[in-house]
Amino acid sequence: MTLQQFMNEAISPWMREDGPDSDIVLSSRIRLARNFAQYSFPILANESDLESISSFIRDEYEHQSFQDYTSFSFIPIQQLTPVERRVLVEKHLISPHLAEQDHSSAVLISENEQVSVMVNEEDHLRLQLYFPGFQLSEALSNVFELDDWLEEKVNYAFDEKRGYLTGCPTNVGTGMRASVMMHLPALAWTQQITRMIPAINQLGLVVRGIYGEGSEATGNIFQISNQITLGKSEEDIVEDLQSVARQLIEHERKARNRIMEQSGKRLEDRIYRSYGLLAYSRVMESKEAATCISDVRLGIDLGIIDGVTGNIFNELMILTQPGFLQQYAQKSLTPNERDILRASLIRERVKLEN
Amino acid sequence: MECQECQQRPATLRYTQVINGDKTEVYVCDVCAKEKGYMTYPEEGYSLHQLLSGLFSPPIDNQQHTPKQQKNELQCPKCEMTLSKFKKLGKFGCSQCYQTFEEYLDPMFRRVHSGNTAHHGKIPARKGGDMRIKKQMNAYKEELQRLIKNEAFEDAATVRDKINALKKEMGGDDA
Repeated sequence: MTLQQFMNEAISPWMREDGPDSDIVLSSRIRLARNFAQYSFPILANESDLESISSFIRDEYEHQSFQDYTSFSFIPIQQLTPVERRVLVEKHLISPHLAEQDHSSAVLISENEQVSVMVNEEDHLRLQLYFPGFQLSEALSNVFELDDWLEEKVNYAFDEKRGYLTGCPTNVGTGMRASVMMHLPALAWTQQITRMIPAINQLGLVVRGIYGEGSEATGNIFQISNQITLGKSEEDIVEDLQSVARQLIEHERKARNRIMEQSGKRLEDRIYRSYGLLAYSRVMESKEAATCISDVRLGIDLGIIDGVTGNIFNELMILTQPGFLQQYAQKSLTPNERDILRASLIRERVKLEN
Repeated sequence: MECQECQQRPATLRYTQVINGDKTEVYVCDVCAKEKGYMTYPEEGYSLHQLLSGLFSPPIDNQQHTPKQQKNELQCPKCEMTLSKFKKLGKFGCSQCYQTFEEYLDPMFRRVHSGNTAHHGKIPARKGGDMRIKKQMNAYKEELQRLIKNEAFEDAATVRDKINALKKEMGGDDA
């Protein structure tokens, strides 16, 4: 398979589109946790109940379409190899937790990969919907419609006082986790972000690295999401998150301009050095790759690097992950082999631009 | 000033919470502060699990200290989750657990969700038909009060019409 073909399959179709503010906000996501009223939650349910849920979802929704989200495919986790599972995690279509499951867990994915519904994760159903760029309200109204569509056939566990009932007390109420993935290199360099995080936390929002809970912010990518799910409406939660994200966008743009004015040559130097590393390295660890990719993306956004499309950043961020590298190689690789393949794949991809 | 929770001990803490812009203040004693979830103590556990299981505290029970729970432990009739297991895991076993362990939930939710204990969001479209109308009605009633307070009587009349329309929808006998 050529790199071009591999990339075409690896990058979710929705990611190729540009959204509003997509120079800073890579994607917006809303996730809803839902459960069937009649079955115990996956943590205690017996195998036959989980099996019933899984086959119900398959019978009712496989190959179905809802609005723009066409021909859902139903994928039982059990049938996937470890590398295939990892690839789905790296594409953010399933959670690491679902990837570890064996019995009766599955995922329903729309053709454009914008929608995925995890079956028998911590909750019976976890619906998630992505939009490119900064489009949280759009994502919310779409996921609500999707939720209603599913509810036509599913008897949800819902309580008038507590809202949507979930396995974990941290999700009860709306069952909603809204998040934006943001590229904030200037705020990270100037260390402003470390001062902003405590203030953001006070608003009931959490700042994390790209892979969610407990992960570091590699490549200056930060995920900001709501912590509280009970007591506030979905619209209010999204509104709070939006206003914080809007401020971060503004601060990031200001910080970028300030760096350009005060130390433009240094910035240019750093960006070109990273570009050089990407174009000529023979061995590259994932962390170094993420840093260089972030630098180059910033160079593209600021017009320092010409003739390279911004997409290279999104593509390389995904392709240079361990799961994808192994899928590309079609075999499992040692960390050292991965670093070599990573470097060569990046070189090839950079060449495609020229 | 006495504690507003137990109305026995003197209040030693002022707890201020802001939910959707509404500020409320509660004066409580340190015992209730801990038991009712007004305060979290950082030394209570470090992992998420410990943290979650540390969120439970038994309802105040001043007279009885009998260890009857040992023999006759609270258990969910549907999924057979026991109280001690629930506390240890920090997870519910099924939707029925929310009723079974109801008395333990408020303090826990308060700590996890910044003082909130009740849902104010989406209601299922199909399942929650009546609930939706009721909720909309309450929202209109609140708005009506606010408009009257601000002497915006024309707007208030519009809202009143909306309330009447909803009443009709529900069957008309809700005076």
